[in-house]
Parts: sequence; structure tokens; C-alpha cells
Amino acid sequence: MNSPKKITIAVTGLNATDSPGPGVAVIRALREGFDHIRIIGLSYEALEPGLYLHDLVDKTYQIPYPSAGANTLLERITYIHQQEELGVLIPNFDAELYNFIRISSELLKLGIATFLPTHRQLEDRDKLNLDEFGRKHDLKVPESLVIHKEAGLKKAAEQLDYPIVVKGRYYDAYIAQNEHEASKAFQRLNAKWGLPVIIQKFIKGTEINIAALGDGKGGTISIVPMRKLTITDKGKAWAGITLEDESLLQLARHFSEVTHWRGGFELEVMKDPGGDLYIMEVNPRFPAWIYLTAAAGQNQPAALAKMAMGEEVAPFDTYAVGKMFIRYAWDHVTDVSEFQQISAFGEL
Amino acid sequence: MKLKPNIATSENGFIFNPATGDSFMANVMASEIVNHLKKEKSIPEIRLLLLEKYDVEQQQLDRDLDDLLQQLKEANLLD
Repeated sequence: MNSPKKITIAVTGLNATDSPGPGVAVIRALREGFDHIRIIGLSYEALEPGLYLHDLVDKTYQIPYPSAGANTLLERITYIHQQEELGVLIPNFDAELYNFIRISSELLKLGIATFLPTHRQLEDRDKLNLDEFGRKHDLKVPESLVIHKEAGLKKAAEQLDYPIVVKGRYYDAYIAQNEHEASKAFQRLNAKWGLPVIIQKFIKGTEINIAALGDGKGGTISIVPMRKLTITDKGKAWAGITLEDESLLQLARHFSEVTHWRGGFELEVMKDPGGDLYIMEVNPRFPAWIYLTAAAGQNQPAALAKMAMGEEVAPFDTYAVGKMFIRYAWDHVTDVSEFQQISAFGEL
Repeated sequence: MKLKPNIATSENGFIFNPATGDSFMANVMASEIVNHLKKEKSIPEIRLLLLEKYDVEQQQLDRDLDDLLQQLKEANLLD
């Protein structure tokens, strides 16, 4: 009897730090979802913890930063493919998605499958466009204004009323109770992330995250909602629990229906005291807590890999409610020779 | 006044609301009352059961029961 063919999957996002990329969690789920699998890590920096975890990652290659452009990325992936015969590639960073989507048809010609949204889908759910996105698709989002000058702050605050949320173009957010705090937040965000800055109405409520997988045709293969139980000072979940709430499942289904989202996504939701659900952000990839979906019975990374390879995957209909994750820090010990290997040769 | 149907309880007094992720630890008396509610007993029925079982003044029991029901309501555990 022939043994099943081994599948090789490349995964990015190995930075399992205090603000973790999803890669290590994706790999953990993939290893549970496939009996015969080889994992190729794709890293940007030599100190991403995941690339030293050899029980999870078989081999790692460094890849160029997104700013190097899509052609440089394609060249590097082509080289890696020549060494490793990649079957599937799962990118896990927002900033790299544009390039990976751009080269996805070239990758497919090489024999590397991906399961990604379109550039249009990526653009529509961008923070800058979220307000319009909500109106267009009948999804509740907090009223928000995009400002390009600090002078616009006062007018925006008058319209939205304090407290307001001042958000960076790519990352970070501050709650401002008054003009002084808003101005300080604006300056910080401008210095770090540049303009524009987004001013959002503050919604009081319970923060809930939903990890889901869209089939690209309007259907949703998997939905798992989670409430953060412990949050780090960077706002990241350090512990969480799966929830049973039909309204959250309906929200994710509605999102897939109206966007025809293809691939993993995360909805960051605020449930206000009246039960209304506001989408605060849409992340166009799996979250760092994605392993919880596998632990709860809906292995989203494995399902995505199967769909990328053209398999029909039936939508999951149940998951374990009350399944918890508690993240922990662990000092992994390695030798300088490994660090030298990845630093000098870009491979480990 | 009913306990929401999806609320999970255990014999040691742990109460879990799967819709919100909230959990609570009830003392022995509160746990007993919550378990009566879970079995869909009415408040008058529960009051009677407790008066028969424990040596307690009705006024005291009513005050404690009202207090607990208020806490359960605030914790979003009642329909």
C-alpha cells in the first residue's frame, strides 16, 4: 500500500513574540490536520522565534521585506520552491498580502497553491475605508473620520463627541477623553505611522474576536468566536475563551456573503450593552490565536490548505464552547551556530 | 424569573455563561438556588424548599433571595 503523499506547506509570521504573528499557531494547527506534512518557515528576521522551533518548522528561508516588491519576492519563492517543492503557501501578515496576492497566479503556475482574498477585498476592508465598507454592506461600524492634519482633529471631535478613539494608519490606537489627549495621540501616531490618522467614535462594550474562513463564493466554512480574558498592554489576547452566540456567527456569515471573502479573516467586534455588534476592524488573515479553532474542533488552517489544493471542504457546524487558551512565555535555548546560519545564509 | 437555558453550572458552584465568556464562583447557598433555577423551579417553590430545609426566618430568606436574584440579573444570567 502506498503511503499518502507528503504535503509541503510554507508559512510566514514566525514572530511568536509579545505581539505575535500567527505563523506558529497556524503551523501547530496544520500539523494536527495532516499526517504527512513538511513545514517550510518563511521569515523576515533572524530572531523570529518560530524558525528555531524545529519540532514545528522543518526548514526556514528568509524572504525579502514587502518594500522590495513583488518581483523580488517571486524570485525568492521560486528559488525556495526549487529546493522544497512547495505545495501550498500561507502568508500571515497584513503588510505582505498585497505582494503575495499579486504573485499568486505565478505561484500557481509553479505549482504553489494559495487561498487569498483579492486586492479589491483587501482594500475595501482597510481601516481607512471601513466606514464606507459598513454603509455599503449594511454592517455596523463605528462612525469614523480620516484626517490628514491636526487642525482637523477639533472638527472631528465635535462631530463624534468625546471620548474618541484616535487610530494609526496601520497600527495602534488611543482613547482620548479631551482635546489635549487627542492632540497628544495624533502626534504620537503621526510620528510612528504617518498620516492620515483615523478618528473613531468610542463604542463601550465587550470586545470579541471572530476567526473565520470564507470560501470565496459567499459561504463561510468555519466561524469561531472568542472573548479575550487577558489582554496585554499591546491589546493582544494572552488568554481567551470560545463563545456560543448565534448573533456572532450570523455576523461572520453576513460578512462572507457580502464580500465573497476568500481565505481566513478575523473580525474585531465590540458588543455594546444593547447587544449591537460593531465591527472595529477586519484583519485579512488568521489571528495569532488561530490554534484555538483547531482545539475547538474547527481546524481553520488545515481547512484552508485543503481548499487551496482544490479539495471541497464542507462547512463545520459545531465547535466546543468554553474552550480556553492561555498563552505563555518560554525561553527556547539554541546555539549561536543556528543564529549564524540564518544570518549568513538566509536558511536554517 | 428563569436562568438562561445555556448557562452551565457545576456542583462546586462554578457558573459559566457561554454567550459572554463570563464565569462566577457561587457559595454553597447560592449554588443550591442556581441549581433549583436550572431545574426550572419557580421562586415560590425555591423559597418553600429552603424554608423546609433550613432553620431561617422567612424575612431573612426573602432578603437574601432577592439579593441573589438581583446579582444574577446584573450578571446577565437570567431571562
